[in-house]
Amino acid sequence: MTNTTVPGRVLMEGSEALARASITAGCRFFAGYPMTPFTELLEHFARLLPENGGVCINAESELEAVGMAWGALATGARAATGSTGQGLSLMQESLSEMTLAELPLVVFNMARSQGDYFQATRGGGHGDYRHIVLAPQDVREGIEHTQLAFHLADKWRNPVLVYGDYLLAHTQEAISIEPIALPELPTKDWAVDGSRTGSGRSGSVTPLGVGKVGQLALGQEGKAQYIATKIPHMESEARVDVGFCDDAETIVVAFGSPAKFVKYAVAQLRAVGHRIGYVRPVTLWPFPYAALAAAAAGPNVRCVGSFELSAGQLVDDVRLGVGGRAPVTFIGGVSTDHSGFGVGRLLDVEMISARILALHEGRELPPIPGYREHAYEPREHQR
Amino acid sequence: MIIDTSSAPTVPARKVEARKPDLLLTEEHQMCPGCGEPLAVRQFLETIDELGVATRAVAVVGIGCYTSFSGSLDVDLVQALHGRAPSVATGVKRMLPDALVFTLQGDGDMVNEGLQEVLHTAARGEKLTCILLNNGVFGETGGHMTATSVIGQRTKNSLDGRDADYHGYPILIGDLIARLQGASYVARGSVHNAGSVARTRKMFKRAFESQLRGEGFTFVEVLTMCPTGWFLPTAEGPQYMQSTLGEVHIMGELKADGRVRTTEELHAENLTRQRELDEQLARGGLDA
Repeated sequence: MTNTTVPGRVLMEGSEALARASITAGCRFFAGYPMTPFTELLEHFARLLPENGGVCINAESELEAVGMAWGALATGARAATGSTGQGLSLMQESLSEMTLAELPLVVFNMARSQGDYFQATRGGGHGDYRHIVLAPQDVREGIEHTQLAFHLADKWRNPVLVYGDYLLAHTQEAISIEPIALPELPTKDWAVDGSRTGSGRSGSVTPLGVGKVGQLALGQEGKAQYIATKIPHMESEARVDVGFCDDAETIVVAFGSPAKFVKYAVAQLRAVGHRIGYVRPVTLWPFPYAALAAAAAGPNVRCVGSFELSAGQLVDDVRLGVGGRAPVTFIGGVSTDHSGFGVGRLLDVEMISARILALHEGRELPPIPGYREHAYEPREHQR
Repeated sequence: MIIDTSSAPTVPARKVEARKPDLLLTEEHQMCPGCGEPLAVRQFLETIDELGVATRAVAVVGIGCYTSFSGSLDVDLVQALHGRAPSVATGVKRMLPDALVFTLQGDGDMVNEGLQEVLHTAARGEKLTCILLNNGVFGETGGHMTATSVIGQRTKNSLDGRDADYHGYPILIGDLIARLQGASYVARGSVHNAGSVARTRKMFKRAFESQLRGEGFTFVEVLTMCPTGWFLPTAEGPQYMQSTLGEVHIMGELKADGRVRTTEELHAENLTRQRELDEQLARGGLDA
C-alpha cells in the first residue's frame, strides 16, 4: 500500500482491495487454501481479519475451507471463501448444497482462465441451483462488487461468486475503499446460536427438506421446488455494461478483465470510423439476455462476436441472448502464460483489435498464438 | 422388594417417569429395533442439560442413520454434508466462542469420508467436541464395510468377512486423535450394557467440561449396536458387539488429564482389572 498524489486514494493491489472491501462489508470470517493467483487474497484476509475482530483460518483443503465458511454463515456471520477454479472444483458439493441450505456465502474465484465460465454459471455441482456471479473488469469495480456480493448473498440467502483473475488479484490501482450505500436487510432470524436450544422451538440450518418436529418441513421435493421457484426472482439482479451499440454493425461480448481490453479496442476502432459496439455482462448469472437481445436487434447489426479466453463457453449464452437475430461467432481462444495463470499472448489490445476487425469486415480470423503448433490431429480411427 | 409374579398384577402397567430427555422434541424415532444410537443420544442430551449449558449448545450433524434425529433434537442445529461436520463446527465455534459445539457423526461419515476433517480439527485444537457413533458398518446404506469394521466382520461388501490382505485394517480413530497435541480429552465408550452406558455418560461430561474450559479438542467415540446392519437377531446385538467391535475398539479414556493411553494399554488394563475381579470373586466376594 503506497500513498499516491491523489488525495484519499492509495495504490493497492486487487487482492488487498477485495479483502478490505469484504471487511468494509462486514465480513468476519474467511477460510482458504493457498493457490495461485488466489493466494494473496488469503494472505490479506489472514492479516486483516484478526485486527478487525474476525477470524481467518488456513484450512487443510478447499473442502474444509468451504465447510468452515458454512458453519460461520449458519451463525449469521458474514463469511467468505475462495480459490481458483481448480479449488472451486473441490468445493462443488458444498457450493451446491449450501444453495439448498440458503447460506449467503461469498466465494472468490481468482481464476486461471475464463474457462471456469461454465463452472460459475452452470454450476459444477449436482442438482438444481444457481449462483449470482459478478465479474468485475478491474480493481475499482472489484471493490464495488465485493460489497455488492455480501449484500446480494444476504438479500437472496444464496451464494454469490465473484469471478476474478490474475489481473484483478495482482494489479495495483489507485483506489479508495468507501462503503457503498445498500438497502437495509432483515435480521437473520434463521441463524442458530444455541440460544433456542431446549426452548421447544430450536432452529436448524439444513440443505435437507427436514424440519424440527412441529415446524414446517418442505421434504425433498418441496425443498427442490422451493429453490427452483426462487431462481426466477433472482434473475432481476442482471447487470450489464453496454457501449456504442445504437448504430453498431458488429457487437462484441466479453466479461471480466479481458472485457476492459475489448472496450479499449472497440473505442479505438470507433475512433477510426468502424461502427462496432460492445456488451459486457457484469453479472454472468443472471446473464443480461434482454440487454444483449436489445443490442442485437439494432437496425444495423450484422454480426456478434464473443471474445473470451477459453475454448468457447460464454458464446453459448451469447447465442441464447442474440436469439438468431444475427450470426454469432466465437472470436476468443485458449491463451495463457507458461505458468498457466491466464495472462496469455491473446490478452493484447492489438491482437484483440485485429480479431474484432476481421469479424467486422468478414475476413478470416487471425490465428491464435500457439494453436497451430498445438493443434490436435485426429487419429486414423477418428477421421 | 420382591415382586410377586405368581399372578397378574393388580394395577395395569403405567409410566412412572418421563423417559424422554428434555432436549428431545418427541419420543418417536426412526431407528431400527436394537439400535444403539438412541442410547448414546440420550446420554449426551442429558449431560448437556445436567451441565446447564443447553441455551448455548449447537449441534452439527453429519449424514447417517442418526441424521433422522435432526428433526427431533431440541437443539440449535446445523446440518453438514457427509464427513464435513468438523469443519462446519469449526466455523460455528469460531463465531460463537462461548457456545458448546458438538458434532454427531458415524464411522462412515467421520472415519471414511471425513477422516482428514476430524484429524485437522483435532490438530488445530478447536474447542469443540466430536461425537462418533461407531457401529463398524454403514447402517443407512444397508450394512456395508467401513474403515472401522473389524477383521472377520461380514458385511454386504465383505461377504466372507473383512480380510486384512484384501480389505486392509480397521482404523482405531481414537488413537490417532489422542496423539495430537490439540486434543485435550479422548475417550471410547459403548452402550452394550448398563455399566458401559454409565461410563460413557461420564465421558461426555468430561469432554464437554474440557471444551467449556477451553482446553482443546475433545472426542467421544461410542460403540453402538446395529443388529440390522450386522444381519443379527435384535437381541444378539450387544453380545455380538462386545465380542467383535468391542475386542478391537477397546473402551476407555485414550487421553485424559494430559495422559495418553493406547488402545493396547487399555486392553491390558481391562485384562488386569478382569483378572483381579475374577480373583476376588474366587476368594468369595468383591473387596470394598
